[in-house]
Amino acid sequence: MNTVYAINGPVIKLQRTREFAMREMVYVGEKKLIGEVIGINDEFTIIQVYENTAGLKIGEKVEGTGAPMSVTLGPGIISDIFDGIARPLKKMVETDGCFVTEGSSISTVDFSKEFDVTVTVKTGDILSAGMVFATCPESPVIVNKAMIPPTMEKCEVVWTAENGSYHPNDTIIRVKYHGEEIALDLCQRWPIRTPRPVKNRIPINTPLLTGQRVLDTIAPIAKGGTAAIPGGFGTGKTMTQHQIAKWCDADIIVYIGCGERGNEMTQVLEEFSELIDPKSGKHLTDRTVLIANTSNMPVAAREASIYTGITIAEYYRDMGYDIAIMADSTSRWAEALREISGRLEEMPAEEGFPAYLPSRLSEFYERAANAVTLSGERGSVTIIGAVSPQGSDFSEPVTQNTKRFVRCFLALDKSLAYARHYPAINWITSYSEYVDDFEDYYRENVGEDFLICRREINNLLLEENKLMEIVKLIGADVLPDDQKLVIESAKVIRVGFLQQNAFHKDDTYVPLSKQLLMMKAILKLHKKSLELIGSGRTFREISATGLFEKLIKMKYDIPNDKPEMFAAYEREIEETLSNI
Amino acid sequence: MKIQYSGLTDINGPLVCLEGVSGVAYDEIASLQLADGSKRLGRVVQMDGDKVILQVFEGTSGLSLENTRTEFHGRPLEIPLSTEMLGRVFNGVGKPVDGLGPVFAEKTGDINGRALNPVARTYPRNYIHTGISSIDCLMTLIRGQKLPIFSGSGLSHNKLAVQIVKQAKIAEEKGQEFAVVFAAMGVQNDVADYFRRSFEQAGASERVVMFLNLSNDPIIERILTPRCALTAAEYLAYEKNMHILVIMTDITSYCEALREFSSSKGEIPGRKGYPGYLYSDLASMYERAGVIEGSTGSVTQIPILTMPNDDITHPIPDLTAYITEGQIVFDRELDSTGIYPGLSVLLSLSRLMKDGIGAEYTRADHSDVANQLFASYAKVQDARSLASVIGEDELSSIDKCYMKFGSEFEKRFLNQGFDENRSMDDTLELAWDLLSMLPESELDRMNSELIKKHYRN
Repeated sequence: MNTVYAINGPVIKLQRTREFAMREMVYVGEKKLIGEVIGINDEFTIIQVYENTAGLKIGEKVEGTGAPMSVTLGPGIISDIFDGIARPLKKMVETDGCFVTEGSSISTVDFSKEFDVTVTVKTGDILSAGMVFATCPESPVIVNKAMIPPTMEKCEVVWTAENGSYHPNDTIIRVKYHGEEIALDLCQRWPIRTPRPVKNRIPINTPLLTGQRVLDTIAPIAKGGTAAIPGGFGTGKTMTQHQIAKWCDADIIVYIGCGERGNEMTQVLEEFSELIDPKSGKHLTDRTVLIANTSNMPVAAREASIYTGITIAEYYRDMGYDIAIMADSTSRWAEALREISGRLEEMPAEEGFPAYLPSRLSEFYERAANAVTLSGERGSVTIIGAVSPQGSDFSEPVTQNTKRFVRCFLALDKSLAYARHYPAINWITSYSEYVDDFEDYYRENVGEDFLICRREINNLLLEENKLMEIVKLIGADVLPDDQKLVIESAKVIRVGFLQQNAFHKDDTYVPLSKQLLMMKAILKLHKKSLELIGSGRTFREISATGLFEKLIKMKYDIPNDKPEMFAAYEREIEETLSNI
Repeated sequence: MKIQYSGLTDINGPLVCLEGVSGVAYDEIASLQLADGSKRLGRVVQMDGDKVILQVFEGTSGLSLENTRTEFHGRPLEIPLSTEMLGRVFNGVGKPVDGLGPVFAEKTGDINGRALNPVARTYPRNYIHTGISSIDCLMTLIRGQKLPIFSGSGLSHNKLAVQIVKQAKIAEEKGQEFAVVFAAMGVQNDVADYFRRSFEQAGASERVVMFLNLSNDPIIERILTPRCALTAAEYLAYEKNMHILVIMTDITSYCEALREFSSSKGEIPGRKGYPGYLYSDLASMYERAGVIEGSTGSVTQIPILTMPNDDITHPIPDLTAYITEGQIVFDRELDSTGIYPGLSVLLSLSRLMKDGIGAEYTRADHSDVANQLFASYAKVQDARSLASVIGEDELSSIDKCYMKFGSEFEKRFLNQGFDENRSMDDTLELAWDLLSMLPESELDRMNSELIKKHYRN
C-alpha cells in the first residue's frame, strides 16, 4: 500500500509496504512533495518530507524514484542560489512568486543555458573514472570540467561532438562501457549523503588565507582542513563567516545559510554581487554558490542542506579547485536532526539530541580533504562550521562534539563583542593545530621570522592575560614599569592588530606580508622600550611619545599597497626613543 | 452537506482524538459542535491511519466523548483580510470582539503564511526614527527588521513600546502609510487596556489593528494570535504597500503556551521542557518581517518578551536573539535608579543598523560615534568594577574620567522623558558633548578627521 498512513509534521508513515529502499527519494501526494525514506520496519516505512505537509491527506499516493536523494551537478551552479534540496531559488521566484510553494520541481542545473564547450578527448581514447573529457567557462573565473562519473571504470571514446555551444544536457561524447554505448553530457547526478571518491588524501600544508589578522596569524585555517566558529548570539559568527567568504583565497565558496535569517542571505546576495575579489578582479558572485534554508523554511530540508552543499563542493574539488564551505549554522542542522528524531520517538541522548549526533557530525567534517582527485589533480574542500551554542554555553552537546572533530577552534567571546571588539575571536581560548604543518609555507612565502614573531606576540598576550588578573584587583598604577609596558604593548596588539574593521577599505583585508610587518613594528617598539626601561627610563616617558597610539592607528594609516611606509615607522621608533 | 463525526475517542488537555475519519488534510480546521449548540474550532495536528488528533482552540472543558459533533472545513485556518481591519479589535483567532460586526473581506489569508524566498527579499536599509536617543544612535531600528525588546517583569517595556509607536517617524514620507499591528498574547486585561488608551491618546487608534489574547483566554488561541496578526500585517504591507510595525507581547507567554501544548501531545522535550522545535516555531513568526521586491511596504517587528528571572540565557530570549536581528535589553539596575528607558547598552545590538545609517540616511559620523560610545561605555564598566574593589579615590585620573563620563552618559543620553522626541542631530551632538569629556587619545574608534571636526576642546 503505497499511500500515506500517518502524518506528524514533516514525518509521514506508510503501512505495510516493501517497495522502498532506505534513503530512497520519493514523491509524496498529489503535490509531489519531495521526501526521503529514513526508516523501514515490518509495519511501517517512515519518510521525512522536505516541504510543508499542510494540506496532505491520508491515502494520498507515494511514488518511489528508485534512487537515493541526489543532486544534479553541471555547469551553471556557480553564482546561483539554491534551497536545501538544490532547487534554484531565483527560478522559483519567476515561476512561483515571492513565497516558496510546495511541489516545485525545478532542476538544479538550468538546461536552457548554453555553454562554450571544448572537447579535450578524441575517439579511441581510453578514459577512467573522474577524467575530464570537456571543459567550458562557467563564470568569468571558473572553468567547468565535464568528468567521467566516478562510478564508471575504464571506457573507450567512440564519438565526440565538435567544439561549440551546447546545453548542459546535450551529448558531448559517447563511450563504450562494458560492451554498451553510453552518451555522456555535461551533467552528472550524485547522492548527497555519499562522499565523492578521491584517489588519495595528501597531508595538509597550506593555510587558507583570509586577510583577517586574528585568523591568519593566531589561529590559521588550513586548505582542506576543518574549523569551527562557536559563539553566542551577537558575537559575530555570521560576520566572521561573511568576511572569510569574501576574502579567503579559495577558488570557490559554497555558503550554506542553514536555518539562519532571510535578510542575511539577501545581504550576501547583494554584497557579493557588488564586491570585487582582490585576486581575480572579478565579482565575488562569480566564485560563490549559495544554499539557503532560512529558519522558516521546512526543517527536513535544513538537515539535507549541509549535504547538498558539501556534494557541490566535492564536485568542484574533483575539477582541481580549492573550495571553502561555510556552514552557518551547524547548530540549526543539529536541531533539525533533533526535531526529526523527536517525531520518530527515538530515545534521546543529551538535551534531547539523538545519540547519533556525534557520528553525523564526524561524517560531515570528515568530508573535508586535501586530496589528489581521480583525474590526478590536487583539490581541497575546507569546512568552516559556525556553532550557535544555547545560552552561549560551550559545554552543550553540539559545541563539545564539534570540538572533537575539528582542528581549528575559533571561539567567539561575548565580553569582546560587548566591548565591540571585532572580530570577537578570543585569542586565548582559540587554537589551530595546523600551525606546525604550515612551517614550510611560512618560510617560503612570508618570511623566516613569521613564526617567531607570532610566538612573541602570543606570549605578550598571555602575559597580559595573567597581569590583568592583578590589575582587576589593584589597578594598573601599582605595577612595575616593565609590566606596565607589557600591558601597553598588549593593548597595541589587541586594538591595533587583533581588532579589525570590516567596513574600512584597507583594514577589511590585510595580506599576510603586511600582517608580519605590523607585528614587527609592534615588537620593535616593545623591545626598544624594554631596553630603555632596563636602562632606567620610566614607562611614563616612553608612553608620552605617543608611539603606542601611532601604532594602534597604523592599520588605517598605512595602505595595503604601501608596505614601504613601515620602514619610516621603524625609523621613527628608533629616533623618538633614542631622543628620550 | 459535509460529513459530521459524532463523538470523540479521547480527550487530553487541549487535544481530542477522533477515530474512523477519512479524507482529512493535515493542518485542516474543524469545528466541534457541543450538545448545547455552542461551537468550537480545532486544528488537525496529527493523523494516524483513520485516527485524527485535533487541538481545540477554546479549550476542552465541557466536552465529553458523547456530546460533540465534528465537521471538517477542508482548509487551513484563514482570516478575512481588508483595509477595514485598521482601527478594529480582534480576538486571538481573528474574530472581531469590538462589537462592530464582521469585517468585509477582500480576500482570506492562511494564517500560517509561507516562507519568503530569500531571493525575493530586499535587504532592509532605511531606518525608522523613534526619537529615543539610545535606540536611534546605538541600536537603530531599520524598516523590515525584527528587533525584540528583552525585558523583565516590572520594567518599563510597555511604556517604551508605546513611546516608539507614538514617535515613530515613517509616516512623513509621501504616499506611504504607516500602521501598527498589535498582538497581545497572554497579557493582563489592564495592560491591553493601557495600550489601547495610549494609542487613542496619541491619536493613533485609527492606524492600529489589535489582536488580543488575554491571560485568561485559552492557550491554544495564544499560539494562533501572532500568526493572525502577521497575516494581517503581511497583507497590509505587501498588498497595500503600507509600512507596518508589528508589536507582539508577550513572547514568553506564547512559549509557555507552546510548551503546555507540546507536553500534552506527549512530545519529547528539549531544554527546560520546551519542545525541540521551539527555534523553528519562533522563526516561523519572526522571519515574517521584511521587505519584498515589488512592494513598497515593509513589516517591522518589535516582539517584547519578559526574561524569566532576568536570565538572558533562558531558552526563550536565547533562541529569539539567534533569529532576530539584534535585541534591545532592559537593565533592572538602571531602571531602578530611575533612568527611563533603562536600557543595557552593552547587551543591546541592532544587526542591520550598519547598512541603514551613515551619510545617506542619518549622518556621516553616526556609525563611528556609535562604536566609540559602545567602546567607551565598556571601559566605564571596567573602571566601575575596579572602583568597587579599590575605592573611587584610588583610581587613576583616566579611570576617574571614565566614571564621570559613564554617569553623565546614563543621566543625559540614556535618560529621556516619555514625551521627549529627540531628533537625530540632537542625539548625535549630545553624544559628541559626552565623548568630549574623554581625552582625545581615548577615542580610538575614530579617525583623526572626525575628531578634528566634532571634538569639543
